[in-house]
Amino acid sequence: MNIIVCIKQVPDTTDVRIDPETNTLIRSGVASIINPFDMYAIEEAIRLKEKFGGRVTVLTMGPPQAEEALREAVSLGADEVILVSDRAFAGSDTWATSYTLSRSIHKIGDYDLVICGKQAIDGDTAQVGPGISSHLDIPQITYVKKIEEVNLGPENKHMRAERMTEEGYEIIESPMPCLITVVKEINEPRLPSLKGKMRAKKAEIKKWEAKDLDLDPDLIGLNGSPTKVVKIFTPPPRKKGQILEGDAAEISQKLVGLLKNEVI
Amino acid sequence: MSIKIINEKCTGCKLCIKACPFAAIEWVKKKAVIDLDKCTLCGACIEPCKFDAIVLTKISPSDIDFPKKLEEHKDIWVFCEQKNSVIQSISYELLGKGRELADILGVDLCGVLLGENMKQEAQKIIHRGANRVYHVDSPKLKHYQSEPYSKTLVKLIKEYRPEIVLCGATFIGRSMISRVAIGIHAGLTADCTGLDIDKENRLLLQTRPAFGGNIMATIICPNHRPQMATVRHKVMKEAEINNHHRGKIIEVSYEGDTYYSRTKLLDIVEEIEETVNLTEADIIVSGGRGLQKPENFKLIEGLAKVLGGAVGSSRAAVDAGWKSYSHQVGQTGKTVCPKIYIACGISGQIQHLVGMQSSNIIVAINKDPHAPIFNVATYGIVADLFEVLPELTKKFKEVLKK
Repeated sequence: MNIIVCIKQVPDTTDVRIDPETNTLIRSGVASIINPFDMYAIEEAIRLKEKFGGRVTVLTMGPPQAEEALREAVSLGADEVILVSDRAFAGSDTWATSYTLSRSIHKIGDYDLVICGKQAIDGDTAQVGPGISSHLDIPQITYVKKIEEVNLGPENKHMRAERMTEEGYEIIESPMPCLITVVKEINEPRLPSLKGKMRAKKAEIKKWEAKDLDLDPDLIGLNGSPTKVVKIFTPPPRKKGQILEGDAAEISQKLVGLLKNEVI
Repeated sequence: MSIKIINEKCTGCKLCIKACPFAAIEWVKKKAVIDLDKCTLCGACIEPCKFDAIVLTKISPSDIDFPKKLEEHKDIWVFCEQKNSVIQSISYELLGKGRELADILGVDLCGVLLGENMKQEAQKIIHRGANRVYHVDSPKLKHYQSEPYSKTLVKLIKEYRPEIVLCGATFIGRSMISRVAIGIHAGLTADCTGLDIDKENRLLLQTRPAFGGNIMATIICPNHRPQMATVRHKVMKEAEINNHHRGKIIEVSYEGDTYYSRTKLLDIVEEIEETVNLTEADIIVSGGRGLQKPENFKLIEGLAKVLGGAVGSSRAAVDAGWKSYSHQVGQTGKTVCPKIYIACGISGQIQHLVGMQSSNIIVAINKDPHAPIFNVATYGIVADLFEVLPELTKKFKEVLKK
C-alpha cells in the first residue's frame, strides 16, 4: 500500500505572543513545527504501512527551510520525502497550492491513498485537502477519525472509514486511490526513535522546482491564485474585563444579575 | 512576479515590518529588507508603506486566460445545508447577511437546496428573504456526499452564473465547497467572520481570522467569478421569517452521472450521549484540568443543563480521557462562537483561546489570578470552582424558574 502524506510547516502558535504595546504578533524566534494535524496524518500512514507494507512518501510545498519538517517526517518513519519549492510558487492561495501539490502527486504516480491533516493551524482553511482530491479527480473522505477496514484485493481496492460530523459520525466506503483528511481522534502520534533521528540526519531530500513538474504556469503562484489579501490587521482587543469579588454566594448573585438577560 | 523595496524611498520607519504576517521583512542598516524565502507576495506591506517604497509587480495579469466575463455573473447565492431534510440554522444566518449584500449590489438573493422531497423546506428559504430557490431533488441527494453535491453545484453555477456564493464553514460546507471552487477556478475564502461589499468594484470583502485569530485578513477575488466564501457559524444574524415574502422555486435536475458517487455512505451514527453539537450552542460551559477528577464534570454538566447549554472541554481534560474529543474546544478541537462561554478550571493556553475568544461574553472561573484566561474574560471570578459552581447553578435555577 503506497501512501502519500501532504504536510505543511507552520509557526508554533504556542510561542506566538502579542506585543502588548503595538498589539501585533511577535514572530521573531517563533519555532517552526509540522502542522499538528499533519502529525496524525503521518502517524496513520506509518501505521497502515506497518500493517500492509508499501511505502510512505511525505510531500510538502514551502520555502527551503521546510526541509526541517521533512527530516522530522523521516525520523518518524517516512521512506521518501519531497520538497516542492520554487519562487514561482510564492503567493499561492489554496487553489494554486492544491494544484501544485496535485501535480506533484501525479508525478509520484503510484499511490493508493493520500492523507492530509484536516487543516493547518496558521491558515485554518481546510481547503487544500479537498482541493487536491478535486484536481486529481479521486474520491475523498474528510474528517476521518478511524479507518475501519482496508481491502487491497486486486479487483476491488477500497477502504471504509468513520467521518466525523457535528452530531456523531458517518461510515463511508471509498474505492482507492482516494484522499482522506484526518482529525486528532484518529491516533496518538509516536515520538521519533533514536534510529529514526539518525536516519533523518542522513536522509536525502528530493527537491522539485516548477520546471520539474508538468504545470500550467498560469495556474501557479500569485497568478494562479484567484484570491488576494488586501489588508491585514490585528483584531480589536477584547474590552478589559471585570473581576467579580466576594464570597461564592455574592459572586454568583452578581454574575446571575449580569447574565440574566442573555440566558432567558 | 516580484517584490522589491526602493531603497531611496525607504525611510526605515518599520511600518512594513509590523504589517508583514510572515515575518519576512527585516530591518538592516536602517532600511527594510525582504527575505524572499519567507515572503509569500501577499502584498500586506504595500498599503502600510506611506512612501510607496515597496513595489509588487506581476509578470502577467491574472485574468489573461480567464474565459468568463465578470459582468455575466450576478446574484448572491446561499448554499442551504440540510440534514435529515431539515434546513440547518447556518443557512438562515447566511440568508440574513446575503440579503444585506444583495441590497447593496442591487441583485437578487437566491438559495440553493439539494435533497429529496424538500419543497416545503424550499418555501422556508423564500420566507427568509430569498427571491429564488434553485431546488435539485433526487433520492441520491438525500444525504450529503462530496461528489454528487459538488458536481451538482458546479453545474448550477455554470448554468446560472452567480456573482457570489456563500456556504457555511461546517463539516459539509468545508468538505464540498473547495471541490466546487477547484472545478470552476473560483476564488474561495475560508471561515469568514466579516463580509462587506466594495460597491465601486463590485467586490466581496471577505474578512477572516488567521493564526488562530491573532491576525485578521481581508481577502478579495478580483478576476474570477463567482466569489466564494465559507462563513463561520453563529457570527451572522439569522434572517427573520416573513411568511408573506414571495419568491420563485426553480426545479432543476441533471442527467447522467451528476449524482453518482464513488464513495458510499453506509451508515450515519448519531452519538447523542457522547457528542455535542458545540458549534450550534448559544451557551457553552467548559471544564479543564482544574476539575481534578473526571467525575467532577458533573458540576459542569449541571450548570450547562440549567442554562440549556452544551458542555465543552479543554484539551488537557480530553487527553486525560475525562471527556470525548467531540467536546474539545481549541486549536486541535472545535472553534466555537457562542453568546456565553463559561470556562471553569481552564488556564487559557493560547491553543484554547484561539478556539473560543470570539465568543460574545466570556466568564472565567479559576483559582489562579494570573491565569491567561482572565485576559480574555468579560467577567473574571478568582475563586475555587468547587465553591462557585454549585452556588451559581442554584442561583440560575431559581432565576430561570421564575
